[in-house]
Amino acid sequence: MPHDHHDHLSPSGHPYRPDDDHPLTYWQQMEIAVRELLIEKGVTTAQEINAQIDAMDARTPSNGAAVVARAWTDPVFRSDLLTDASAATRAMGFDIGPMKLIALENTPDTHNIVVCTLCSCYPRNLLGLPPDWYKSRAYRSRTVKEPRKVLAEFGVTLPPATTVRVHDSTADMRYVVIPTRPAGTEGWRADELSKLVTRDSMIGTGLAKTPGAL
Amino acid sequence: MTDQSEPFSGRRWHDMGGDAAGEIPTDQHDFSLWEKRVDALMIIASGKGHFTVDGLRRVLEDMGEDAFETMTYYERWIMSVNQNLIEAGVYSTSELAQRMTEVAARGATYGEAASE
Repeated sequence: MPHDHHDHLSPSGHPYRPDDDHPLTYWQQMEIAVRELLIEKGVTTAQEINAQIDAMDARTPSNGAAVVARAWTDPVFRSDLLTDASAATRAMGFDIGPMKLIALENTPDTHNIVVCTLCSCYPRNLLGLPPDWYKSRAYRSRTVKEPRKVLAEFGVTLPPATTVRVHDSTADMRYVVIPTRPAGTEGWRADELSKLVTRDSMIGTGLAKTPGAL
Repeated sequence: MTDQSEPFSGRRWHDMGGDAAGEIPTDQHDFSLWEKRVDALMIIASGKGHFTVDGLRRVLEDMGEDAFETMTYYERWIMSVNQNLIEAGVYSTSELAQRMTEVAARGATYGEAASE
């Protein structure tokens, strides 16, 4: 089994956590044991586990970017998304399962930002796995109390008149932010617009890129 | 452990929204194979009804604040997944103990120990 994993270099340029060639930890030992027992008991198979990992690896913020770009260009879809984001994104092939998904549209007056104070709930179907900072004590604690200071640490400074709305996720309900469409993109196609939509802009800790930043 | 000198606030340690805290950390690591496997086991076993996300969180929250500070995210998850599976009767503690002993005997690294 040692060669069944993905032998690619870090796609994001970040270091891998110590893994195969480091001393076995107690919790890794437990993972191996639990996995083997689940396979032996017929709960799952090695193929099913690999397929689940592949599906997880395939979910990236490009999913969410496609949703946002379509909302910017397709008024009917935008309306459907704001009415029932679970159904609208499912129809695009991004199934969130039984959970409720709510799309939060930024406007010139209102900026939305998402946190999970209790845990790490996140719209994985659209954005993949959450970044480490999203799960940190600092982000979970401070975002509901001083969102403008948190935003400033991400390099986002909003006009004082802009209302900041903080949304606290739950195990059963997730949020995705629809950032404001950047100026100077009139007439752009959805696939071009999607390149402006960053992960952080869909969490609310960032803004969409401007055309000049591409 | 509850401090008897102060009245219970009604909040548990994981309910940290609004607390004071330091700067948002910017470090990021890519998930390693064993972490992805833990995530996959959670999705698959809960998807097949052996436990729920609420069960996952109950054990995570009962681990307490020390575990949050000293264990990594997926270390806490495998501990919780395992606890839930034992409670559900999928396997026994003695089966787990025996298998973990066998795993450790295969080699000193994750790669060796994960190879049957």
